[in-house]
Amino acid sequence: MSIGELARPFAIKLPAVMKHLDVLGTAGLITRSKKGRTVAVRLAPEPMKEAMDWLRRYERFWSARLDRLAAYAEAEEAKAGPMKPREDTP
Amino acid sequence: MTSLTLVRRIAARPSIVFEALTTPDGIACWWGPDDGPVLLAEADVRVGGRFRVRFRMLDGSEHESSGEYTEVVKPTRLAMSWRWTHGGEPVEAGEESRVEIDLRPIDTGTELTFTHSRLQTEASRDSHREGWSGALDKLERHFANDPA
Repeated sequence: MSIGELARPFAIKLPAVMKHLDVLGTAGLITRSKKGRTVAVRLAPEPMKEAMDWLRRYERFWSARLDRLAAYAEAEEAKAGPMKPREDTP
Repeated sequence: MTSLTLVRRIAARPSIVFEALTTPDGIACWWGPDDGPVLLAEADVRVGGRFRVRFRMLDGSEHESSGEYTEVVKPTRLAMSWRWTHGGEPVEAGEESRVEIDLRPIDTGTELTFTHSRLQTEASRDSHREGWSGALDKLERHFANDPA
Protein backbone atom coordinates (compact mmCIF):
# COMPACT_ATOMS: atom_id res chain seq x y z
CA MET A 1 0.00 0.00 0.00
CA SER A 2 1.35 3.46 -0.82
CA ILE A 3 1.58 6.18 1.82
CA GLY A 4 -1.02 8.26 -0.07
CA GLU A 5 -3.54 5.38 -0.02
CA LEU A 6 -2.76 4.73 3.61
CA ALA A 7 -3.29 8.38 4.60
CA ARG A 8 -6.55 8.94 2.67
CA PRO A 9 -9.02 7.67 5.34
CA PHE A 10 -7.40 9.77 8.09
CA ALA A 11 -8.16 13.38 8.95
CA ILE A 12 -4.51 14.23 9.45
CA LYS A 13 -1.97 15.72 7.07
CA LEU A 14 0.58 13.66 5.20
CA PRO A 15 3.59 14.80 7.30
CA ALA A 16 1.75 13.64 10.43
CA VAL A 17 1.10 10.27 8.79
CA MET A 18 4.80 10.04 7.95
CA LYS A 19 5.71 10.61 11.59
CA HIS A 20 3.37 7.84 12.73
CA LEU A 21 4.88 5.57 10.10
CA ASP A 22 8.38 6.45 11.35
CA VAL A 23 7.41 5.28 14.83
CA LEU A 24 5.87 2.06 13.52
CA GLY A 25 8.90 1.54 11.30
CA THR A 26 11.44 1.91 14.12
CA ALA A 27 9.34 -0.45 16.25
CA GLY A 28 9.63 -3.01 13.45
CA LEU A 29 5.89 -3.20 12.84
CA ILE A 30 6.00 -2.01 9.23
CA THR A 31 8.50 -2.20 6.40
CA ARG A 32 8.88 0.39 3.66
CA SER A 33 10.26 -0.04 0.16
CA LYS A 34 10.66 2.58 -2.54
CA LYS A 35 9.44 1.86 -6.04
CA GLY A 36 10.10 4.85 -8.29
CA ARG A 37 8.33 7.76 -6.68
CA THR A 38 6.00 5.77 -4.44
CA VAL A 39 6.89 4.26 -1.10
CA ALA A 40 5.13 0.96 -0.42
CA VAL A 41 4.29 0.22 3.20
CA ARG A 42 3.83 -3.32 4.38
CA LEU A 43 2.60 -4.54 7.77
CA ALA A 44 5.12 -6.74 9.60
CA PRO A 45 2.99 -8.68 12.09
CA GLU A 46 5.85 -10.76 13.51
CA PRO A 47 6.69 -8.56 16.55
CA MET A 48 2.97 -8.41 17.48
CA LYS A 49 2.72 -12.16 17.12
CA GLU A 50 5.77 -12.55 19.37
CA ALA A 51 4.07 -10.41 22.01
CA MET A 52 0.90 -12.51 21.78
CA ASP A 53 2.87 -15.77 22.00
CA TRP A 54 4.68 -14.40 25.01
CA LEU A 55 1.38 -13.53 26.71
CA ARG A 56 0.02 -17.01 25.93
CA ARG A 57 3.06 -18.54 27.61
CA TYR A 58 2.23 -16.60 30.77
CA GLU A 59 -1.39 -17.69 30.49
CA ARG A 60 -0.38 -21.35 30.25
CA PHE A 61 2.01 -20.94 33.16
CA TRP A 62 -0.59 -19.44 35.51
CA SER A 63 -3.40 -21.64 34.26
CA ALA A 64 -1.43 -24.76 35.19
CA ARG A 65 -0.54 -23.23 38.59
CA LEU A 66 -4.17 -22.44 39.36
CA ASP A 67 -5.28 -25.95 38.37
CA ARG A 68 -2.87 -27.35 40.93
CA LEU A 69 -3.83 -24.76 43.52
CA ALA A 70 -7.47 -25.80 43.07
CA ALA A 71 -6.60 -29.50 43.44
CA TYR A 72 -4.57 -28.79 46.58
CA ALA A 73 -7.25 -26.58 48.17
CA GLU A 74 -9.97 -29.13 47.36
CA ALA A 75 -7.93 -31.89 49.00
CA GLU A 76 -7.45 -29.67 52.08
CA GLU A 77 -11.17 -28.93 52.10
CA ALA A 78 -11.92 -32.66 52.05
CA LYS A 79 -9.57 -33.15 55.04
CA ALA A 80 -11.26 -30.33 56.93
CA GLY A 81 -14.60 -32.13 56.68
CA PRO A 82 -17.97 -30.71 55.71
CA MET A 83 -18.70 -27.28 57.16
CA LYS A 84 -21.76 -26.42 55.13
CA PRO A 85 -24.05 -28.14 52.64
CA ARG A 86 -22.65 -28.34 49.14
CA GLU A 87 -24.49 -27.75 45.92
CA ASP A 88 -23.40 -28.64 42.44
CA THR A 89 -22.45 -25.75 40.22
CA PRO A 90 -25.64 -24.70 38.38
CA MET B 1 2.35 -3.36 28.88
CA THR B 2 -0.43 -5.76 29.18
CA SER B 3 -2.40 -7.88 31.60
CA LEU B 4 -3.84 -11.33 32.00
CA THR B 5 -6.92 -12.42 33.99
CA LEU B 6 -7.98 -15.97 34.87
CA VAL B 7 -11.03 -17.08 36.84
CA ARG B 8 -11.33 -20.45 38.61
CA ARG B 9 -14.13 -21.98 40.67
CA ILE B 10 -12.68 -24.07 43.46
CA ALA B 11 -14.60 -26.52 45.66
CA ALA B 12 -13.07 -25.26 48.88
CA ARG B 13 -14.01 -22.42 51.21
CA PRO B 14 -12.10 -19.11 50.81
CA SER B 15 -10.13 -19.52 54.07
CA ILE B 16 -8.70 -22.83 52.81
CA VAL B 17 -7.87 -21.37 49.39
CA PHE B 18 -6.22 -18.40 51.10
CA GLU B 19 -4.08 -20.76 53.18
CA ALA B 20 -3.11 -22.74 50.10
CA LEU B 21 -2.01 -19.45 48.51
CA THR B 22 0.02 -18.22 51.45
CA THR B 23 1.52 -21.05 53.51
CA PRO B 24 4.92 -22.45 52.44
CA ASP B 25 3.40 -25.98 52.38
CA GLY B 26 0.58 -24.77 50.16
CA ILE B 27 2.89 -22.83 47.85
CA ALA B 28 5.29 -25.77 47.56
CA CYS B 29 2.38 -27.95 46.44
CA TRP B 30 1.01 -25.89 43.62
CA TRP B 31 3.71 -23.58 42.37
CA GLY B 32 6.07 -25.96 40.56
CA PRO B 33 5.29 -26.38 36.86
CA ASP B 34 5.39 -29.62 34.84
CA ASP B 35 5.38 -31.50 38.16
CA GLY B 36 8.95 -30.29 38.66
CA PRO B 37 9.91 -29.72 42.30
CA VAL B 38 9.58 -26.46 44.22
CA LEU B 39 13.06 -25.91 45.70
CA LEU B 40 12.30 -22.97 47.93
CA ALA B 41 9.10 -21.33 49.15
CA GLU B 42 9.31 -18.34 51.47
CA ALA B 43 6.33 -16.15 52.23
CA ASP B 44 6.14 -13.39 54.80
CA VAL B 45 2.44 -12.71 54.35
CA ARG B 46 1.89 -9.16 55.56
CA VAL B 47 1.87 -5.82 53.82
CA GLY B 48 5.53 -5.06 53.05
CA GLY B 49 6.54 -8.70 53.58
CA ARG B 50 8.29 -10.57 50.76
CA PHE B 51 7.84 -13.90 49.08
CA ARG B 52 10.32 -15.94 47.06
CA VAL B 53 9.68 -19.17 45.20
CA ARG B 54 12.23 -21.23 43.27
CA PHE B 55 11.34 -24.24 41.18
CA ARG B 56 12.96 -26.65 38.75
CA MET B 57 11.35 -27.55 35.45
CA LEU B 58 11.44 -31.07 34.06
CA ASP B 59 14.07 -29.87 31.54
CA GLY B 60 16.37 -29.12 34.52
CA SER B 61 16.18 -25.32 34.27
CA GLU B 62 15.60 -23.46 37.53
CA HIS B 63 13.49 -20.36 37.89
CA GLU B 64 12.79 -18.05 40.77
CA SER B 65 10.25 -15.32 41.25
CA SER B 66 9.80 -12.95 44.14
CA GLY B 67 8.02 -9.83 45.20
CA GLU B 68 6.42 -7.90 48.00
CA TYR B 69 2.89 -8.17 49.38
CA THR B 70 1.05 -4.88 48.93
CA GLU B 71 -2.39 -5.96 50.18
CA VAL B 72 -3.25 -8.83 52.51
CA VAL B 73 -6.94 -9.15 53.37
CA LYS B 74 -7.55 -12.61 54.79
CA PRO B 75 -9.41 -14.50 53.29
CA THR B 76 -10.54 -12.39 50.34
CA ARG B 77 -7.68 -10.55 48.68
CA LEU B 78 -3.95 -10.67 48.04
CA ALA B 79 -1.91 -8.26 45.95
CA MET B 80 1.81 -8.37 45.38
CA SER B 81 4.55 -7.10 43.15
CA TRP B 82 6.08 -9.84 41.05
CA ARG B 83 9.21 -10.38 38.99
CA TRP B 84 11.57 -13.10 37.87
CA THR B 85 14.63 -13.12 40.10
CA HIS B 86 17.83 -15.06 40.74
CA GLY B 87 18.96 -15.30 44.37
CA GLY B 88 16.42 -12.57 45.12
CA GLU B 89 17.96 -10.19 42.53
CA PRO B 90 15.97 -9.13 39.47
CA VAL B 91 16.92 -10.87 36.23
CA GLU B 92 15.09 -8.53 33.93
CA ALA B 93 15.14 -4.77 33.63
CA GLY B 94 12.03 -2.69 33.80
CA GLU B 95 9.27 -2.28 36.32
CA GLU B 96 7.86 -5.00 38.51
CA SER B 97 4.60 -6.53 37.39
CA ARG B 98 1.62 -6.88 39.70
CA VAL B 99 -0.35 -9.93 40.79
CA GLU B 100 -3.80 -9.61 42.36
CA ILE B 101 -5.89 -12.50 43.66
CA ASP B 102 -9.48 -12.05 44.78
CA LEU B 103 -11.47 -14.79 46.51
CA ARG B 104 -15.26 -14.62 46.54
CA PRO B 105 -17.39 -17.13 48.42
CA ILE B 106 -19.89 -18.96 46.21
CA ASP B 107 -22.30 -21.84 46.95
CA THR B 108 -19.82 -24.43 45.76
CA GLY B 109 -16.79 -22.91 47.47
CA THR B 110 -14.70 -20.08 46.07
CA GLU B 111 -14.45 -18.12 42.89
CA LEU B 112 -10.86 -17.06 42.41
CA THR B 113 -9.97 -14.18 40.10
CA PHE B 114 -6.30 -13.96 39.23
CA THR B 115 -4.86 -10.91 37.47
CA HIS B 116 -1.27 -10.42 36.41
CA SER B 117 -0.88 -6.86 35.16
CA ARG B 118 1.78 -4.37 34.16
CA LEU B 119 3.41 -7.16 32.22
CA GLN B 120 6.15 -5.81 30.04
CA THR B 121 6.93 -7.91 27.04
CA GLU B 122 10.40 -8.03 25.57
CA ALA B 123 8.77 -6.80 22.39
CA SER B 124 7.17 -3.83 24.14
CA ARG B 125 10.39 -3.08 26.00
CA ASP B 126 12.32 -3.14 22.75
CA SER B 127 9.74 -1.07 20.98
CA HIS B 128 9.86 1.44 23.83
CA ARG B 129 13.61 1.64 23.84
CA GLU B 130 14.27 1.44 20.11
CA GLY B 131 10.93 2.52 18.79
CA TRP B 132 9.13 5.14 20.81
CA SER B 133 12.10 6.83 22.41
CA GLY B 134 14.08 6.52 19.20
CA ALA B 135 11.28 8.19 17.30
CA LEU B 136 11.01 10.92 19.93
CA ASP B 137 14.74 11.56 19.70
CA LYS B 138 14.36 11.89 15.97
CA LEU B 139 11.40 14.20 16.36
CA GLU B 140 13.37 16.40 18.75
CA ARG B 141 16.31 16.53 16.38
CA HIS B 142 13.92 17.28 13.56
CA PHE B 143 12.44 20.27 15.35
CA ALA B 144 15.84 21.42 16.61
CA ASN B 145 17.20 21.53 13.04
CA ASP B 146 14.11 22.94 11.49
CA PRO B 147 12.30 25.33 13.84
CA ALA B 148 8.70 25.78 12.72
